[in-house]
Amino acid sequence: MLQARLKKKLQNFTLEASFTLPSGITALFGPSGSGKTMLVKLLGGLEQPDEGEITLTSKSLYKKTVDRKAEVNLPSHKRSIGFVFQDHRLFPHMSVLGNLKYGIQKDSSGTNTVLIEDVIELLDLTTLLHRKPKDLSGGESQRVAIGRALLSAPDILIMDEPLSSLDRVRKEDILRLIERVRDQFDQTILYITHSMDEVLHLADNLILIDQGSIKAHGPLMETLSRQDLFPLAGEMDAGTVFAGKVTSHDFDYNITTIESDAGPVFVTGVRQTKIGDNVRIRLRARDIALSTTKHSDISMLNQFNGVITEFRDHTPGVVLVTIDTGLTLFAAITLKSKQALELEVGSDVWALVKSVTVDSVER
Amino acid sequence: MTLSAEEWEIITLSVKIATWCVLVSLIPALFMAWLLARRDFFGKSLLNAIIHLPMVVPPVVVGYFLLVVLGRRGVIGSWLYEQFDITLIFTWKGAVISAAVMSFPLMVRAIRSGIEGLDIRLEEAAQTLGRSPLYVFATITLPLLLPALISGVTLGFARALGEFGATITFVSNIPGETRTLPIAIYSLLQIPGGQGMAERLVIISVLLSLLAIGLSEWLARRSSNLQKGSV
Repeated sequence: MLQARLKKKLQNFTLEASFTLPSGITALFGPSGSGKTMLVKLLGGLEQPDEGEITLTSKSLYKKTVDRKAEVNLPSHKRSIGFVFQDHRLFPHMSVLGNLKYGIQKDSSGTNTVLIEDVIELLDLTTLLHRKPKDLSGGESQRVAIGRALLSAPDILIMDEPLSSLDRVRKEDILRLIERVRDQFDQTILYITHSMDEVLHLADNLILIDQGSIKAHGPLMETLSRQDLFPLAGEMDAGTVFAGKVTSHDFDYNITTIESDAGPVFVTGVRQTKIGDNVRIRLRARDIALSTTKHSDISMLNQFNGVITEFRDHTPGVVLVTIDTGLTLFAAITLKSKQALELEVGSDVWALVKSVTVDSVER
Repeated sequence: MTLSAEEWEIITLSVKIATWCVLVSLIPALFMAWLLARRDFFGKSLLNAIIHLPMVVPPVVVGYFLLVVLGRRGVIGSWLYEQFDITLIFTWKGAVISAAVMSFPLMVRAIRSGIEGLDIRLEEAAQTLGRSPLYVFATITLPLLLPALISGVTLGFARALGEFGATITFVSNIPGETRTLPIAIYSLLQIPGGQGMAERLVIISVLLSLLAIGLSEWLARRSSNLQKGSV
């Protein structure tokens, strides 16, 4: 468990962050330029804060009060905070094997803390070992970078947008690998991203950062469904995240039924899930339509009955409607529709969602 | 063309002086280049100017300064003589010193631009893998700096081979001791009938320089292949 309280004046704003990092994968999510990368550099000792304190499992890594000399300031190599950088940073003059072995950590009896064979197998590196970094593809480089960091046996592994330079197929591969890394090596990971998809896929916990300050942190789903945080999670991506369980597959139509607190949700294109798998579902507010009656002559498969509990101004001409369907859903509708349907708090409505717009990710 | 004993002596002396010059300056030049490229400190631009001075003042002036400072009665020269019985003036060791002073800025410049071109993020990455700064320097910085080191050494060596003004001023022109190639050529041109031998030395001098450049090109190509991983 890492605890940090940091302050650093930057050009446009002051980075001021106070948080704890539990085990599992924590996503550090925020728009570009919100101070994410600076924050992790401060943790790793690659940049110096103005004041603050960092403690890692009761060991002090950094401690400084303003206008004083730092009481504790361990250099990077003594912090046991590993990095997987966006740009891989493999050593060009060494082979893949040389890169992997570079930071290898031995325990007191001289055996490797993390076995290189395990890492090579998990990340499927066997065929790459004698290649040089310049002969690797982006995805391969990223796998080597992950392996190299794992072998240095860090207490915390920081991944700075590791997927940003990869294409979609590679992204999914690496995402799965990162989950395996967490499970097999029991590795605490701080995962920086500005992609909500990656957050939904991976994160157990979420830290939301904007303009250098932490707006929220906590378990993922709780944090994501907080309405006051919508503007941060991305204007267009506001919505609800909830958990469900796969109950049936209709292979003829390629439709999967997921049981949730709001009733069954029909989604399409769910690959690689089995009956009984837990999944996360995200319904974006902009994908939900409202109706005052149930429809049978409409293509929208998902129809949830509920009661309106709140209206909120969203963007000009658009209101955000909160509907209690057993789950709290949010729908973004126009002011014009709100008046035409005579919607009020307490109105009984049907929330309609096209199956093809439902995001679901396996967990 | 066979070389006379006298010519052979001139060549070996020149190569000896240039080699020692590079050996003596390499580590200080590396340190200075690193200091100038990576550190900020008070008086940095002054230090930078002083190091570059030998490139811009006439070599004879540099030789004069060496004479004043390192001569028998110079501040450092007298101390060296009294404490260690070391005489630099009129000796080949003095020639090494004057060549080193003259080639130092060239070596620093070559190595410095190499350090500035290094991706500092690789060193950062190495540190986050739990390796100490010294280990990182030896395993990441130095190997990646090899091409710049080779180019610094070549430039320094070539400059030392050609050094004339500071050397002749500081250690004079003593056959077998301080008479290097350029000084020998100059001397031969001063005496009647010396032109024939001077021409032979001119050719040797050109060949020697070509050899040095060829060798360094080969080494540089090898080391840069090594870095990019094509070996």
